Amino acid sequence: MFGYIVRRLIAGVLVLIAVSMMVFAIFFYGPNDPALAYCPESRCTPQRLDNLRHNLGLDRPAPQQYVEYMSGLVKSRHIESGGISIDCNWPCLGVSFKYRVSVFHYLWDRFPATFSVAAGGAICFLIIGLFSGIFAARRRGTMADKAIVSTSLFINAIPYYLLALLAYLYLVQGLGLFPETGYHSPFKDGPFKFVGGLALPWLMLGIAYSTQYARFSRGAMVDALNEDYVRTARAKGLMERVVVRRHALRAAIVPVVTIFGLDFAYLLAGTLFTEKIFGIQGMGLAGLDAVQRTDLPMISAYTLISAAFIVVANIVVDILYSVIDPRVRLA
Amino acid sequence: MTQTNEPAPQTGTGGLSEPTDGAATDPFLVVEDLTVKFPTADGLVQAVTGLSYSVEQGKTLGIVGESGSGKSVSSLAVMGLHDAKRTQMSGSIRVGGKEVLGLANDKMRRIRGREVAMIFQDPLTALHPFYKVGAQISEAYRAHHDVSKSVARTKAIEMLDRVGIPQARTRVDDYPHQFSGGMRQRAMIAMALVNDPSLVIADEPTTALDVTVQAQILDLLQELQKDFNSAIIIITHDLGVVAEMADDVMVMYAGRAVEFGSTRQILTHPEMPYTWGLLSSVPDVTADPEARLIPIKGNPPSLLKPPTGCAFHPRCPHMDKVPGNLCKTTLPELTPGEHGEGHVKRCHLPDPSAIYVQEILPEIAPDLVEMTINDQFPQKTGTGLVGDSPSDDALPKER
Ligand SMILES: Nc1ncnc2c1ncn2[C@@H]1O[C@H](COP(=O)(O)OP(=O)(O)O)[C@@H](O)[C@H]1O
Ligand code: SF4
Ligand SMILES: [Mg+2]
Repeated sequence: MFGYIVRRLIAGVLVLIAVSMMVFAIFFYGPNDPALAYCPESRCTPQRLDNLRHNLGLDRPAPQQYVEYMSGLVKSRHIESGGISIDCNWPCLGVSFKYRVSVFHYLWDRFPATFSVAAGGAICFLIIGLFSGIFAARRRGTMADKAIVSTSLFINAIPYYLLALLAYLYLVQGLGLFPETGYHSPFKDGPFKFVGGLALPWLMLGIAYSTQYARFSRGAMVDALNEDYVRTARAKGLMERVVVRRHALRAAIVPVVTIFGLDFAYLLAGTLFTEKIFGIQGMGLAGLDAVQRTDLPMISAYTLISAAFIVVANIVVDILYSVIDPRVRLA
Repeated sequence: MTQTNEPAPQTGTGGLSEPTDGAATDPFLVVEDLTVKFPTADGLVQAVTGLSYSVEQGKTLGIVGESGSGKSVSSLAVMGLHDAKRTQMSGSIRVGGKEVLGLANDKMRRIRGREVAMIFQDPLTALHPFYKVGAQISEAYRAHHDVSKSVARTKAIEMLDRVGIPQARTRVDDYPHQFSGGMRQRAMIAMALVNDPSLVIADEPTTALDVTVQAQILDLLQELQKDFNSAIIIITHDLGVVAEMADDVMVMYAGRAVEFGSTRQILTHPEMPYTWGLLSSVPDVTADPEARLIPIKGNPPSLLKPPTGCAFHPRCPHMDKVPGNLCKTTLPELTPGEHGEGHVKRCHLPDPSAIYVQEILPEIAPDLVEMTINDQFPQKTGTGLVGDSPSDDALPKER
């Protein structure tokens, strides 16, 4: 198990190195010249652009620059940016063209907001999705089942941003419910403000994501209820409640874990619409902002961090598998 | 369970259903006119029709038939394991004198596992892959006994030991995938017997196993039957298994009983062409395995729209010996055979014994007949069609 985790982590690091190289390549050979960011549009002569490139160190060979860039992962750096020297503390993934601060720390400061949205939303959609999915599976073919499945398909057909926007307009703006919507630190502002501010985003994520979890867990549960070992459990004379929970659900949860791992990783990378609509200063908004301003170091860092989440989520899912299913040996 | 009150189709018991009065031992299981149908998108699947049989304590009934003949469906009905919402059932199933057809699930679950237990075909899929073997046996015990986990665990070890699992004390903590196929089936048997049930239904318990292991499992079942004095229903498509295990045999085709009798009657004087077909397709173990295998031509019929008249008629090579169009138009009743009481068959043939001796017997694997004639298997009757007198005067009785 331990050896397995170490090996998976090494493999994960290799993946991240590959991602970082791609990001770097885009940075360098992509459509946007980084130096342009410092070159005021009205007075940008080719001469000036060359000077900027030299000042930024962009005229040195790419491998050398890549090594320098990656050195930020092990030590703090000083980065010359537009004529001033900026301290970029470890871990350093570069300095924002726009804000002139360490991009990693800029993003990391926004992580608590993103994490809070993601975790609360995940709890909501897991509860709503799994309960309705299992409920429907046990009553397969009945009106209740059909109602759940069609409701889920209906909600699924509404674009999430529309759902969230309507909720914001009607509930927050119109009715004045959820007045403090947004991110408030649970430590500085207190837990009530924290929960009150995120309740609506959580609910929206919960409803939107729960549809696929309802249908997915319904399918998994229908399959599990048809398994021979569930019939054995009934044949033993166990109570139906025990049959469903201990025997069917335990098996049905396995495929749900997979999609949840990846969904959660994506949520951690930032819930763009949620953050935008409800005014939450999270990583998703920062990423969007970076793209709009062609803040290349910020985009790179954001991409790397997102990739790291996905790598870690995959490892966690695999470990969870082995915990749930004893046949899975991590080796 | 929904008990639909539709008119029962022709019952199969023929003239043999007059009640026994004052029988010393009432059969533990009595199935009467059982009909099971599944409404599906394609139509109504008539899986079991008008099925009646009974099994006495300590006796073994073999149910034989090709795949799809309704063997499993009828036994799952006895266990109350059909989903009431998706199944139409009628008739009567009495376990220990008590009607269980239509019993509410919370009452039925007290009977399942404790009075009637079931062993399934494939122990790999029938055991839960995520739980330890011992835990699954303890769970079965605790479903019916108010004991602590450690007491149940001790019981599980004892049962594993009893069914021949070596080092039961350590293997109790193995997962099913760590067991071999034969050991898994032994574990299933341990699980079925842990509550000392009066009836064990073994649904093709050896079909999924290696040939070498099959005999061991059958021996184990017989040995345990003596110790636990339980009745056994053994479901199989292999008449060899029946010859070894069963006191009585019920042959099923297309959801109906088509022949019933003591094992000896069925193996030495079968009177129904379908049974002949089954006998001819038993491989001769002493000869080249493929040499004498004559499979029955064609496939079992669709139970969505079973054939008219005798359901076997589209495949029956002896139809021409029946006058008129009877086979195609009229369902034969179960009528008494020519070799002793208790033997019934569902066929219009006027003189089946002559045909059997002249045409069929020479084709049948000699060892199966020999085994029967030499009386290698115990001759006792105890299962029977409902109301049928279990004594078989034509044959010597052991015990
Ligand atoms: N739950 C079900 N729904 C619909 N059809 C079924 C169901 N269970 C069994 N059947 C059908 O009933 C028939 C008898 O099946 P079964 O009793 O399993 O045969 P076997 O004799 O091989 O055990 C088959 O045609 C099978 O397809
Ligand atoms: S009734 Fe006719 S078709 Fe059916 S088994 Fe007998 S001879 Fe064959
Ligand atoms: Mg079967």
